[in-house]
Amino acid sequence: MLESFFTRAILAGIGLAAVAGPMGSFIVWRRMAYFGDTMAHSAILGVALALFFSVSPVAGVFVIAVTAALLLGFLERRGTLSADSLLGLLSHSALALGLVLVALMPMVRIDLMGLLFGDILAVSVTDLALIYGGGVLVLAALAWLWRPMLAGTVSEEIAQAEGLRPERARLIFMVLLAALIAVAMKVLGVLLITAMLIIPATAARRLAKTPEQMALYAALGGVVAVLAGLWASLHFDTPSGPSIVVAALGVFALTSVLPDKSKGAT
Amino acid sequence: MKTFQPPERTRLVDVQGIGVRREGRWLVRNVDMAIGRGEIVTLIGPNGSGKSTTVKTALGILAPDEGTVWRAPGIRIGYVPQKVAMDRSLPLTVERLMRLTGRHSAARIAAVLDMVGIGALARAQVHTLSGGEFQRALIARALIGAPDLLVLDEPVQGVDFSGEIALYDLIGTIRDETGCGVLLISHDLHVVMARTDTVICLNGHVCCSGPPDTVAASGEYAALFGPHAARSLAIYRHEHDHAHLPDGSVRATGGAGHVHGAHEHTHLKQERGGHA
Repeated sequence: MLESFFTRAILAGIGLAAVAGPMGSFIVWRRMAYFGDTMAHSAILGVALALFFSVSPVAGVFVIAVTAALLLGFLERRGTLSADSLLGLLSHSALALGLVLVALMPMVRIDLMGLLFGDILAVSVTDLALIYGGGVLVLAALAWLWRPMLAGTVSEEIAQAEGLRPERARLIFMVLLAALIAVAMKVLGVLLITAMLIIPATAARRLAKTPEQMALYAALGGVVAVLAGLWASLHFDTPSGPSIVVAALGVFALTSVLPDKSKGAT
Repeated sequence: MKTFQPPERTRLVDVQGIGVRREGRWLVRNVDMAIGRGEIVTLIGPNGSGKSTTVKTALGILAPDEGTVWRAPGIRIGYVPQKVAMDRSLPLTVERLMRLTGRHSAARIAAVLDMVGIGALARAQVHTLSGGEFQRALIARALIGAPDLLVLDEPVQGVDFSGEIALYDLIGTIRDETGCGVLLISHDLHVVMARTDTVICLNGHVCCSGPPDTVAASGEYAALFGPHAARSLAIYRHEHDHAHLPDGSVRATGGAGHVHGAHEHTHLKQERGGHA
């Protein structure tokens, strides 16, 4: 079954959507969309450095994404610049730095389009193992972090006063996000990863009454987007990553016209 | 003036000589504060006097730049912060909010929501609540885990006057029933009421502290809040012999006789409660 590249693509997409749904919900609740984008953009620098040091690109991306997140936290705490400006600074300089570094290594041939927009149809069995192995770990860790993360989302002060250590939870969440980005980069590319985090979660918002429902619906919406996007890319011969994002947008549009379940006291 | 020191075994929180500095400015300095089991401590003071900073330091949310903070090991805390700003993208029912930091049975949730007077709103989305309803939900959430220490930072903001009295009554009752300690912040002088054991008057440092009548009589207090405030504090202490029910009626709760003519300025607030 895994011999068909299309089956592998579908499985890879489903695996990522299942993880991106709950992770993306937190990113939406905590207004971290731009933060996620910055970490994803830094991935290209990670790939360049990984090539330079001849290590696995996944490892390179992971390390650089975590570094970018930590650096951001550090600059935010000591600096006078707003988080918004810092994110813009870091996001685009990491992207540009990565592209320049890649260009400076003439011996290395890399598929730049694949890095930016992903190549889900090129997913190997090893990639699948990484997606599902990593995915299970990330989801397990997120389940373990759920209460402190959610309490910290509602009120950092309540969570801290009542002994849930929200700062530690947030730090681990960042590491999980870096892992997700590292694993998802090949499939969706650095420019589209954030879309799979944000769009299904926002699409789920109107249907959900509780945070847990929203996380679940976001995962399901992401799976629908993957299936529809891949089908469309096959039929209309469109690039697969962007097709999935367009399909996710379709899911969002669809749920936007449904009645808002979260309103009213029923 | 020395802060009231409860016996060692019942001590919940003890802060000594704490100071918090931000960008070269001391927000508070030389603050001593202790809260024991069954004790209600109220912090009062003008805006920017460091009430919230003191409380956050005592809770470990802020690290003090000087002084020491001690909390009883394993202490359970229920906290109502001054501000809770959630993103509207977070779907959250009142019921789910009650389980934010711990598991609780449906029966317990229903009971606590009834206590604060929003039993009918269990399934409502938090975003649809009014300011006063949200505040009640936050108080319920802080109460639900039967905490050793209840910490309330301006807990009745947005709550109407009769509701305010009912909620302070509730806090007193919970203290009486469970023996928890209560740390209360207020800038509203009339809530420094009969049930408070210790009032700490802050203005960047502890101006004065002690039982409410001692503080009210002190010169520091009058200097900080003016003689008018000193008088109303004393009067409000005697006001606690009746409760305003939600329907506007008044229920006697015992206590000393209540002479209306003696303090006309309190009538303004009583009129709002439907009782002039």
